[in-house]
This record gives sequence, C-alpha cells and structure tokens, in this order.
Amino acid sequence: MQRRIVVTGMGAICPVGIGVSTMWEGLLAGRNGVGPITLFDPAEHRTKIAAEVSDYKVADHLDPKEAKRMDRFTQFAMVGAAEAIKQAELGDSDRNRIGVIIGSGIGGMNVYEQQHNLLRDKGARRVSPLFIPMMIGDMAAGLVSIEHDLRGPNYCTVSACASGAHAIGDSALLIANGMADVMVCGGTEATITPMAVAGFANMKAMSTRNDEPELASRPFDKGRDGFVIGEGAGIVVLEDLEHAVARGAKILAEIRGFGLTGDAYHMTAPHPEGEGAVRAMRAALAMAQMQPTDIDYINAHGTSTPLNDKGEVAAVKQVFGDAAYDLRMGSTKSMTGHLLGAAGGLETVISIMALQSGDIPPTINLTDPDPDCDLDHVANVAAKAELKAVLSNSFGFGGHNVALIIGRYEG
Amino acid sequence: MAEIVNEVKQIIEDKLGVNSEQITMEASFIDDLGADSLDIVELVMDFEDKFDVEIPDEAAEGLRTVGSAVEYLDKALADK
Repeated sequence: MQRRIVVTGMGAICPVGIGVSTMWEGLLAGRNGVGPITLFDPAEHRTKIAAEVSDYKVADHLDPKEAKRMDRFTQFAMVGAAEAIKQAELGDSDRNRIGVIIGSGIGGMNVYEQQHNLLRDKGARRVSPLFIPMMIGDMAAGLVSIEHDLRGPNYCTVSACASGAHAIGDSALLIANGMADVMVCGGTEATITPMAVAGFANMKAMSTRNDEPELASRPFDKGRDGFVIGEGAGIVVLEDLEHAVARGAKILAEIRGFGLTGDAYHMTAPHPEGEGAVRAMRAALAMAQMQPTDIDYINAHGTSTPLNDKGEVAAVKQVFGDAAYDLRMGSTKSMTGHLLGAAGGLETVISIMALQSGDIPPTINLTDPDPDCDLDHVANVAAKAELKAVLSNSFGFGGHNVALIIGRYEG
Repeated sequence: MAEIVNEVKQIIEDKLGVNSEQITMEASFIDDLGADSLDIVELVMDFEDKFDVEIPDEAAEGLRTVGSAVEYLDKALADK
C-alpha cells in the first residue's frame, strides 16, 4: 500500500453490549447475547431465537424525531459512528477529505416488511414516501455523513456477511491511493424480522435449538446446528498515518493488509476446501509482508454452521501449516450471534481490542469439539497473550471472502 | 371547526415532533415547523386517514400552512 493506514476510532453496538468498553467487558466474561426473539412473535417460525440488542432505547442515543426516519439498521450505524468519531477527535480536519463507507448485507428489512403490509392492507396510496429512503442499504452511510458533515467518498458495500469487511477494505484502498485522508467505515445490520428469520431458517442455515438459546451458537463444537442471527454495528475510523501523526491523534492499530476473493462455486455453500478463503488469507499476508507465524490470533468467521467452521479450519491449516497449531482461532459469534453485514465491522473492533489489551475473547459453548476443528479455539475462557497481529475472516453468501490483517502500531 | 383544529394539531405534533405552542394557524410547515417535502406527503396521508377524505396532489401542494390545511379539511368535510 502506498500510504500506511491506522485506526483512530472505534464504535460498537451489539447483543453483548452497547459501546466498545461495555461490549469488551462482556466478551471477556463470556457473556451470551442469545435469547428468545422478542422483536416479533416467532410462534410460527422454525427458529425462535436470536441475539438482539436488548437494552437499546432510541431516545438514549438519537433525536427521536430523526430516528423515526431511520430503519433500525441505520440507527445502529449512527450509534456506532458517533462513538468512533468521538474517539477519533477529528477536530478541524478537512471535511472534504473524510469519507464514509458503511456496508449492510440486507438494508432496511424492518421498514420493507411494515410498508409491504400497508400496501397489502390499505393500498398503494398508503405506502410512505419515506419507505425507499429508509429501506435502501446505503442510507446508513448517507445519514452518518449528514450528521457529522463528512464530505468525502460515500457509499455502501453489499456482500452479505462480508459487507462490513469490504467496507473497511475499500476504505483502506481509498486512503492508500490518496482519495481520502480519513474514512469512517464498517458494517451495520438489523434484520431480526419475520421475513428474514423465515428465509434464513428455511435455508436450514440457522440453529433451531429453541429450548436452549444460550447454547445455540457453538462454533467448532460437534453439536452446532447453524448460526444464530444477531444485529448491531461495528464502525472504525481509518486514517492516513501521516495525517494522524500530524494532528496528534491517538493511534489504536494499523491496517496491515487484506485479501479479497470470490469462491466462484455456489450461491450459499462455501467451497468445501475453502479455496477462496485460502487465497484471501494468502493475499492478506502478502500485502502485509508477513509470514504465517506472524499471526497470533484469528478472529474467525466461525458462524456455527456445520459447513463454515469445518471449511474455515481446513483453509487456515492450508495457509498456516504447522503454525496453525501455535495461534489462537476463536469465534466471538458464540456470544454476539452472527451480525451478518455488520460482522466484519464488529470483529475488526474486537480484533483491535485484543491487540491493545492482550486479551483474547473466548469461544463459548465449545464443550465437545468437532474433531475437524482441532486448533486452539479459545474454548470457554478468555486467554491472555502477547499479540502483534490479528487476522479477521469474513465470508458472505455469493462466495465473497475477505481476510483482514490488523497489527499493533509500532511507529 | 375546533375539533378539526385540535386533530390537525395533534397529527402535526406527532409527525413533526414540535411543541403545540409552535403550531399556530399562520405557521408554515416548512419554514416554521421544520418539515421537508417527505414530511408533507406523510402529513397529507395522515390527514386523509384521520378525516377519511382524499386530498388530490394539486390540492396537497397548496397546503403550506397549518391554517390552509384546516381550511381545506373543513371544506372537504362539509362537502362530504
């Protein structure tokens, strides 16, 4: 990369906590964010559990009038971005040189379903003029830019569960190539809705462990039976190193490299040997000019579906060889659920917190490991380790793979 | 008329999040009450729902103040 890229702000809202520090305490304590669905009545649904942001009250975070014009996914992005931008203390930085890319896999599913019900029950004339602007997935980036007067590049990445990671990768590219100095980026998602849950459940992608929600998300465990849908946002502020140094910003970590590939294999199933994931991780290592032994912790995609976890571990073994047994590979989705398009953003925040603190969050519910998942998966209890570099994987339906390497900033 | 005024005010208060004192008959939706074009479409839809009348687009464009909306609705209800 032509310019070095550092992280100067972070924000998070997720089922384990609102705000980075609350979330981080929860993750290290193994707090479980999964429970029965309360956002709608799931009585007729195959899956009746989810990881909801349960202590979220709109008025605590947003002007209620403005919030009425935002789907829940946009509200989460606003909350996460406000925290990240506050930490970055952008001050009088040139607004034309600060951009926003916030990915969302699905966009405004809540408003889509409400308005469809209106169309069906009351007719076309009753569909709200706010339906389209509230529903489109790019509105999170749009409204964050309006709120904070950020006038640089502005758009949304859509690549299912890799959307947030793509947003960070694209942002790094824009800064590296001099098209912006600062980027507010990450992912947001809020699709715990009747349609989305029915759709995912009927794909047989979701856990149906409805009687034991707290045990449902169990990456790498033999008893895993699908992912648990989560919601929230994870946002970071990326910045050109020289720009950050010149304004005396506190530097939290450095983006070292990333790899982007496509499986070209199947709509929803990952490649069985993780071929695309392997190439993404290798490309990230090459950009970072690192060896496999340089990576201390992998924040796995680790969705708790039978296929993902097995394929991802196989891919890591191909890339890292013997070194795979020396690193830690955990999945925080065991606690947060799967935040879909927000996952890459949130897990970047988690990776940076791990780098800074030397604490690695556990993979909870890992009591009977799948024999194919035989790495150090940080089972059940947080670990301590000296971390210099972390790799975060994100894979999306459609065969989109992103591997992102974040390193400690060492001047 | 008084009943229409109260109901119109209530709808505006709910939709635009403004205080009832701000909602005078002379108040302009856009200039005084902070509405934008999307708010006005939604307000018109709420008026239609509440009073069970149909407000054609040409008429809706003329509703720029609270008073003009009250006047229009009063007439539309009388014509029903």
